[in-house]
Amino acid sequence: MQRSASYSILFAAVVCLVCAVLVSVSAVSLKTRQDDNAFLDKQRNVLIAAGLAGEDEVLSREEIQERFGPIESVVVDLRSGEERSDVDPQTFDQRKATSDPQTSRAMPNNPAGIQRVPHQALVYRLVENGELGLLILPIEGKGLWSTLYGFIALDADLDTIRGITFYEHKETPGLGGEVDNPRWKALWLGRRAFGEGGEGAEPRIEVIRGQAGSPAEDPYRVDGLSGATMTSRGVGRLVRFWLGDEGFAPYLDTLRTGSRG
Amino acid sequence: MANPAREALLDPLFNNNPIALQVLGICSALAVTTKMDTAVVMSIAVISVLTLSNFFVSLIRNQIPTNIRIIIQLTIIASLVIVTDQILKAYVYEISKQLSVFVGLIITNCIIMGRAEAFAMQNPPALSIIDGLGNGLGYALILMMTAAIREVFGSGRFFGIPVLPVVSDGGWYTPNGLLVLSPGAFFIIGFFIWALRVWKPDQVEAE
Amino acid sequence: MLESYLNLAVKSIFVENMALAFFLGICSFVAVSRKVETAIGLGSAVVFVLTVTVPLNNLVYMYLLKPGALAWLDPGLADQDLTFLGFLTYIGTIAATVQIVEMTLDRFFPALYNALGVFLPLIAVNCAILGASLFMVERNYDLGESIVFGFGSGVGWALAIVALAGIRERLRYSNIPAGLRGLGITFLLTGLMAMGFMAFAGIQL
Repeated sequence: MQRSASYSILFAAVVCLVCAVLVSVSAVSLKTRQDDNAFLDKQRNVLIAAGLAGEDEVLSREEIQERFGPIESVVVDLRSGEERSDVDPQTFDQRKATSDPQTSRAMPNNPAGIQRVPHQALVYRLVENGELGLLILPIEGKGLWSTLYGFIALDADLDTIRGITFYEHKETPGLGGEVDNPRWKALWLGRRAFGEGGEGAEPRIEVIRGQAGSPAEDPYRVDGLSGATMTSRGVGRLVRFWLGDEGFAPYLDTLRTGSRG
Repeated sequence: MANPAREALLDPLFNNNPIALQVLGICSALAVTTKMDTAVVMSIAVISVLTLSNFFVSLIRNQIPTNIRIIIQLTIIASLVIVTDQILKAYVYEISKQLSVFVGLIITNCIIMGRAEAFAMQNPPALSIIDGLGNGLGYALILMMTAAIREVFGSGRFFGIPVLPVVSDGGWYTPNGLLVLSPGAFFIIGFFIWALRVWKPDQVEAE
Repeated sequence: MLESYLNLAVKSIFVENMALAFFLGICSFVAVSRKVETAIGLGSAVVFVLTVTVPLNNLVYMYLLKPGALAWLDPGLADQDLTFLGFLTYIGTIAATVQIVEMTLDRFFPALYNALGVFLPLIAVNCAILGASLFMVERNYDLGESIVFGFGSGVGWALAIVALAGIRERLRYSNIPAGLRGLGITFLLTGLMAMGFMAFAGIQL
């Protein structure tokens, strides 16, 4: 029915107010629970990348924190490759650092679609008997619909891949979303990132279309995801970006010289 | 009251199915039906938003000024979807990650707007809820049927449990890759519509 | 600069076609593709709405919603993250734009207004329109890129619907089984067109 303009405006305002209250109340009251879920999920994924937790294992909060015990978090400077013991890893927020222009820098056009890189990043180390057992590096980059955030785990030789996992993305369920499929993730185990190049080498690992051979025969290639070309390509590129010069290569070089010296 | 209610609930299943006859809500039917568990969660989300939005719109239907009714309906629907999204992220975090953008796209799921405009604006709240439930179930029916076919024949699994041993796991079944890709969903729904219209010829379109 | 805009335009029209690659906006796509004339009409309306709403929503996101966006209003608000209001605000700008298009068509092109019928207000809930804005946020486009992306997505969608309408008009003279007539065959056709467009996947200029 036709009503006066002022009635319309009043009605609209009331509806907006009610909806806004409803939405804000739910967002605020559920926020801690969601943040908690997100944080635990991230930790769980570090554990999965490190091989300390099974893919399908359901872990309680306490179990996650207990298994996280032997893992050290440390903040590293990406460009120099130095560890920054003066920065507290518990409060360091890498995502925030990436969007803040003061703690990050813009990237020129690159195949991985990465727009900004933080000056510092948070890495995780599994230390066994005082020596580095596993290095877990955060990786991110563009897929088809969204940015994928995950971890890649490297063996103490800083070449063999021990695991990969993505804890956040918005790829198509069943297609690109199969980056979460444990059977695909298992294909990365034992592949090699760099090969014989050693220091200064470019990462050789890539995600191909179709099937690759076993890790022994075909160490530098991983099967693509069927029906998800863009996501597969995105994963390959982002892994190479973060293992390359703009990513963790300086840090990996520091570790290599450190272990030799 | 029994008859209009029964009609509202059961009609949308086969006689007036939102996807197969009303041509609404198709986008998500294509995108989230690669696996059963995403289809089920999406169905539940749509049913909840649809019943609640029908209820609220019907409640204030006599007060809404005509010239802003679309925006009001949209505001109510959008708010309900945001709340649903928040609840999913808080209580079933893993699945909400899999559904990702498609939860937000429930807002644009034309079934919800369509029913709000075509039914809830003209009918009392109690009946509107039932209509919402009926249409939601009709939508869910197509979704789950499509997902069942796509997951079983496209990847050999049902709810993630292997039912057809797949070649890459050492079995005999070569999964039909086309079904996992979206054109496959178009074909499945197209054939379902054909079957439905052979069963109920009154739905056949005139020349 | 111009080259990257051109690249983006080609990508959004062909490689990442809204209707055939991402399957957004299918409801009106399937329902309004009977005649080429109405398809062109709806397609043009969609192009216009997309070219206007994507940059508009870009401004909303940059200056109101993004974490730190409110700093221009008051430095104390720099911590606010209003992205959860995203859905509501984007839909708001879209609904307002569609309302304006509706009023314009009613006043100046009444024949088209009548032909489009209920599908005109349904542009507001066309998932392609909201989807485009969500992509823009996801990919962090700037204003220039938003305009190109909005325009390109619209043209791609319009291209797809006009092509489908062309095929359907021809089909009127074919013998299609009764049960498949209309909606059924349209689904099968769209599936085939989608397969065709998959050939563009991954092309980069």
